[in-house]
Amino acid sequence: MELIFEISKPGRSAANVSASDVPVVDVDHIIGRTYLRDDLDLPEVAEIDLVRHYTNLSRRNFGLDLGFYPLGSCTMKYNPKINENVAALPGFTGLHPDAPDAFAKGNLELMYDMQKLLSGIFGMADFTLQPAAGAHGELTGVMMIKKYFEKKGEKRHLILIPDAAHGTNPASGALCGFETVTLRSNPEGGVDLGHLESLMTEDVAALMLTNPNTLGLFERNIEKVAQIIHSRGGLLYGDGANANAFLGKARPGDLGFDVIQLNLHKTFSTPHGGGGPGSGPVGVCAGLVDYLPVPRIVKTDSGYGWSEQFPDTIGRVRAFYGNFNVIVKAYAYIRSLGAEGLARVTEMAVLNANYIKEKLKPYFDLPYDRICMHECVFSGNRQVEQNGVHTSDMAKRLIDFGYHPPTIYFPLIVHEAIMIEPTETESKETLDAFCEAMISIAREAEENPQRVKDSPLSTPVSRLDEVLAARKPDVCWKR
Amino acid sequence: MDYCPHTKDDIAQMQAAIGVKSIEELFADIPQKFRFREMPDVPSGLSEQETIALMSAIAARNQMPRLTLTGAGAYVHFIPSVVSHIVGRSEFYTAYTPYQAEISQGILQAIYEYQTMIAHLTGTEIANASMYDGASAMAEAAVLSAKMSNRSKIVVARSVHPQYRQVLKTYCWANGYTVTEVPYAASGQLDLAGLHSALDESVAAVIVQSPNFFGCLEDITPIADAAHAKGALLISGFTDGTSLGILKPAGACGADFVVGEGQSFGNPINYGGPYLGIFAAREKFLRRIPGRLAGATVDKNGKRGFVLTLQTREQHIRREKATSNICSNEALCALAACIYLAVLGTNLKKLAALNVNKAQYLKSRLLQIPGWKEVFSAPIYNEFTLCCPDARAVNEKLQAEGIIGAYDLQKDYPELKNTLLFCATEMLSKNDMDRVIEIIK
Amino acid sequence: MSKTNPTDRLYSKDHEWVKDNGDGTAVVGITDYAQEMLTDIVFVELPPVGKKVAQGEPVAVVESVKSVSDVYAPVSGEVINVNGELENAPDLINSDAFGKGWIATLKLADTDELKSLLSAANYDTLIKEEKH
Repeated sequence: MELIFEISKPGRSAANVSASDVPVVDVDHIIGRTYLRDDLDLPEVAEIDLVRHYTNLSRRNFGLDLGFYPLGSCTMKYNPKINENVAALPGFTGLHPDAPDAFAKGNLELMYDMQKLLSGIFGMADFTLQPAAGAHGELTGVMMIKKYFEKKGEKRHLILIPDAAHGTNPASGALCGFETVTLRSNPEGGVDLGHLESLMTEDVAALMLTNPNTLGLFERNIEKVAQIIHSRGGLLYGDGANANAFLGKARPGDLGFDVIQLNLHKTFSTPHGGGGPGSGPVGVCAGLVDYLPVPRIVKTDSGYGWSEQFPDTIGRVRAFYGNFNVIVKAYAYIRSLGAEGLARVTEMAVLNANYIKEKLKPYFDLPYDRICMHECVFSGNRQVEQNGVHTSDMAKRLIDFGYHPPTIYFPLIVHEAIMIEPTETESKETLDAFCEAMISIAREAEENPQRVKDSPLSTPVSRLDEVLAARKPDVCWKR
Repeated sequence: MDYCPHTKDDIAQMQAAIGVKSIEELFADIPQKFRFREMPDVPSGLSEQETIALMSAIAARNQMPRLTLTGAGAYVHFIPSVVSHIVGRSEFYTAYTPYQAEISQGILQAIYEYQTMIAHLTGTEIANASMYDGASAMAEAAVLSAKMSNRSKIVVARSVHPQYRQVLKTYCWANGYTVTEVPYAASGQLDLAGLHSALDESVAAVIVQSPNFFGCLEDITPIADAAHAKGALLISGFTDGTSLGILKPAGACGADFVVGEGQSFGNPINYGGPYLGIFAAREKFLRRIPGRLAGATVDKNGKRGFVLTLQTREQHIRREKATSNICSNEALCALAACIYLAVLGTNLKKLAALNVNKAQYLKSRLLQIPGWKEVFSAPIYNEFTLCCPDARAVNEKLQAEGIIGAYDLQKDYPELKNTLLFCATEMLSKNDMDRVIEIIK
Repeated sequence: MSKTNPTDRLYSKDHEWVKDNGDGTAVVGITDYAQEMLTDIVFVELPPVGKKVAQGEPVAVVESVKSVSDVYAPVSGEVINVNGELENAPDLINSDAFGKGWIATLKLADTDELKSLLSAANYDTLIKEEKH
């Protein structure tokens, strides 16, 4: 397909800018040539061609509305259309963030209520809705941990991170000046308590734990883990990316987590948008509330308003208040599902994941054969050893069957990892069909391995040369 | 509402396949004392109709303004009708990050087109696929500069957006860097003498914004020269991207990084988010910049295609060595920006010129009111700063008429009493502006 | 199949090789086994000439599509030359790790350090053990 620049033709236009109803000024004179640009090289395309161009592009894209997306750790659940519709209400899209609080009553109320709802669901004292994504929330959470120890006058340099953790965890730690120390997992996939005991000193600020972990397994020893950390004055950070596994079943606050971040674009059904926007609210225990970013919503006699009067805040992590429109969608989701609906989400998500695990375990190596939570992790080792068919090959072959591949090569502690998270919005028929596809690929890997290695064959482009893209990067088109 | 398709039969069959007799058995790993917690404060669910009624009622409790005279980092611009139709296609908005390139050519190509247009607009060679917003993009550029140079001081103009400076301070504190502010001169531009005295060999980067928070255009070239002479990098920011339709970009004046807010490109004002962080840089920083990058390549048949490239910079590979932890970005907002820029095309210049006309008109009419004075002498784009007898009264009068007034600068700049920052975009008609004058007079 | 590890040089347990020039300088690179593990190399971050490194400290960075790895100095010294060819052809490490894919030349700080390195035969054993 051509680029928009390649179908551009001088003199064409899709825009019609209104004529000026005020006196036209001489820009050269008013602003001065020093400040003016010489050229503006942007597309010149008629509207119909523009629309066709992007519509055709959309048809080269696989969205959740087209098919199953069993991406472990991403929680690709159905994006309810009602959320899209209500979020598009002019009342929500049309207000400037600096509007006087009196203009923004509805928005303030929604955000305040959202903070309260999340606090109740997760057992935390309060939330900030400011971070724009999960990683942003992690950074915010780690900043609050740093501030906490600063206020106490304690110099702690280390953060413990399990070997199965998502890459954003150590990255967030490093960005706050912490050194990361890797915590081993035990053979069952949980935290190695002995290792934790030996690592937990008074130089450790926190343990960043994902629970259930990236293997989809609940930390059975969570009470002991929390106790070890807290007994030495440390804090327990919870990566809430896997919250779909425990809504209405357990609350991180009760389990001993001091700070958690959520991903509204995972657990709370807001669309992934091809990579964003998401939203990463951060919940804290009572002891960390003072450090939340500003501004915060305060309730006064005259209603809700924004305030920056919090002297111990870490400050700001972005301009304005948060990815408000994303929050609106998540709020509508929580209110429409209600407490019982949210609990059912978790039950069906965990049921679906265990079902897939049972159906596929005869065919793929299963490193941890125990009840999983909302996702399960296989290894492609068997197929590699048989005929050199790798997890990446099988993932590409799944595309020919009409599926988006699962998460692959993560977590790092499983060789040739295949991480499958079906979510609760998939029917048994979809799961059965998916398992059949996976099983036939396993068979192909045994009987006709080249077929798997050549895939995908049904897509607009065949396998792309990533090495070339990295050796000779071309990230900007030139005439 | 319930999106789970499971019937009782389904559940029974699946339980049997797994070998459990009840759903509760699946949660055996959660210690008994913590299990089956109620969710206090979460009301019962609603039907679709009830949900819509609820959300509509909440939205209706907002007061929609007749006009908005504030810019200050978020702008009311016209969004062409085409944008929502394309961004609303579920192949785009329900898609995941394009790690599986073969089934994501749509978004990858659109991002590549976006990167290309942004690089051109900002006068640089490379642009990433988006950051969270202008403020965090600026802060990340500062952190990157410090890490690359091993220097720990950041110099920032006081005329940079106050919230951007707050975010910068937070990010720098987290990393152990110090921030020094340089004042503005009487013209409203950066005080160059102040800059020179703040610059030394420990400064990693100098940060300015143009147009700056007061609406004044900065002369970037001498600032770039001063920074480079001390081995520091120049980060130049902007908050209204439409300004690039007419203004010479900082990238053409020596800036190393150009960062800013892309909300003006086809994204609704959305009460502050989601917005669009623009991050552009000189080619030499390609392997160090944060965020995702769509790169062109070929498939095994020689056909052109696009992939996410140079992922080794990113957190999922670099982990603690990554210079940023960004994962999810603002992809759909970048798509909206791409469509917007493709629609406007070279007419972006006309749009920008129209903004200039509107601002000049509003400013000249306001200056006719007795007691109203210009504060700064530097040229402006679509925002400007004036002082008046009673700023609070002005905004109160406007508010009483359902108009969101101008930004009162005193809260961020205590020395600027009774000083207002106005914004006039193409969305303000002559009649609107005349009405504003009538109300204020 | 990895190429045979040449006997004219010594090896570190982190898969670097060192070839003593006999004049107080030595050339360093990574082994063929290492490049096989990394797969297609897309970029090499070379050290600046003049940089001083201690044994075991990172001296260069090698990027493949899927990973980034530090190259550790097998001996202490000062960088006196780097292989500029790697800037445009990082794949030289893949095709000829022991020859054209050399990374840097160091002026040795302490020739005794060479004694702590592995012979080709011992490195062979190390690789065999790693594979199991």
